[in-house]
Amino acid sequence: MTRKRRRLMFVATGMVVLAAAAGLVLTAFEDNLVFFHSPTDVGEKGIPEGKRFRLGGLVEENSVHKTDGGLTVAFRVTDLSNAIPVTYKGLLPDLFREGQGVVAEGVLNQEGVFEAAEVLAKHDENYMPPEVAEALKKSGYWQEKAAE
Amino acid sequence: MHRYANPARFMRYSGAILPFAAGLTALLIGTGLYLGLFVAPADYQQGESYRIIFVHVPSAWLALFVYTNMAIASAVALIWKHPLADVAGRACAPIGAAFTVLALVTGSLWGKPMWGTWWVWDARLTSVLILFFLYLGYIALADAFDDPARGAKAAAILALVGFVNVPIIKYSVDWWNTLHQPATISQLGAPSIHPSMMIPLLLMAVGFTTYFVTVLILRMRAEIIGRKIRTMQLLQVQKKSTPSANVDGPPAAPAAESPS
Repeated sequence: MTRKRRRLMFVATGMVVLAAAAGLVLTAFEDNLVFFHSPTDVGEKGIPEGKRFRLGGLVEENSVHKTDGGLTVAFRVTDLSNAIPVTYKGLLPDLFREGQGVVAEGVLNQEGVFEAAEVLAKHDENYMPPEVAEALKKSGYWQEKAAE
Repeated sequence: MHRYANPARFMRYSGAILPFAAGLTALLIGTGLYLGLFVAPADYQQGESYRIIFVHVPSAWLALFVYTNMAIASAVALIWKHPLADVAGRACAPIGAAFTVLALVTGSLWGKPMWGTWWVWDARLTSVLILFFLYLGYIALADAFDDPARGAKAAAILALVGFVNVPIIKYSVDWWNTLHQPATISQLGAPSIHPSMMIPLLLMAVGFTTYFVTVLILRMRAEIIGRKIRTMQLLQVQKKSTPSANVDGPPAAPAAESPS
């Protein structure tokens, strides 16, 4: 009985220590674990121009302009408080559209324009049939979720 | 608890449960796939491509669920030394690894058209990949020792240490910004999926769980029978060598291998 007790205490203590260690490590690495920075982060943290990073947010409504026969795209990425202009040359993923989440990887140039080398669409967690989406929009219950 | 930890009793009950679990699996996955692939409507954003969630989401859930079971079995095996817990832990590992691969592969197939990439190193995807390596490490470690009891102990410790990864996977999408979307169905708040899509998803999830139970029972029964055969062979060899003064007889079977 005491041996079992001792083993139980040993395993329980081990798990608590392990959880604490994992918690500390993850907190310490917090900034390196994020996949992208929001436009507000970019302003606050002052990422130097020429440094490669990922910018994430929503594609601003009415900001997408295609030139060059649709090959070059310019749009703005917003987190609803700040926005950064982005240019990209290449194919866009299926889910890329205005008002939807997007993650772009690239560098800021001198004019403060983000030159993306890769653009990924970020999907949200909502699933519904098209008719339901239409009905929601009509009835005014539709709410665009802000990018996290 | 002790009552059900008896291998002979386990063989009796599991044999009775097995056909029901298998039948339920066929029924649930059959209905789930039919409703999911033919009856459920297309998604307003993703069109038909979203239907991969009917396999992807249950696989990912089960990958975590099986690991949790494996960790509990490992803790019971370490603390109370139940022979059945060790058998259960070992039986879980390949099943969980298979679910993890299924979740990674289906996610990748969906990611290419939807996100625009097969793979990204965001917190969710990376932590699930680590889960897969934990499963592989457990399988390798459990068989890395000549003495199966030592292998079981080392693997059980690995399973417990690796358990910290489970909450990390679960909450990675909430703690950090990731490319992977947050959970659609969670305990808090209404699910953000239409009922016509959620019902097949839940059917598939329950079907995957009964599938896990079916395969777990099959694997545990095979392992118990295998251990029984090994013990009997050892006893036979021992019997043959006892008349000759028992000098170079093999060592007695370890306690964990006795078929009660």
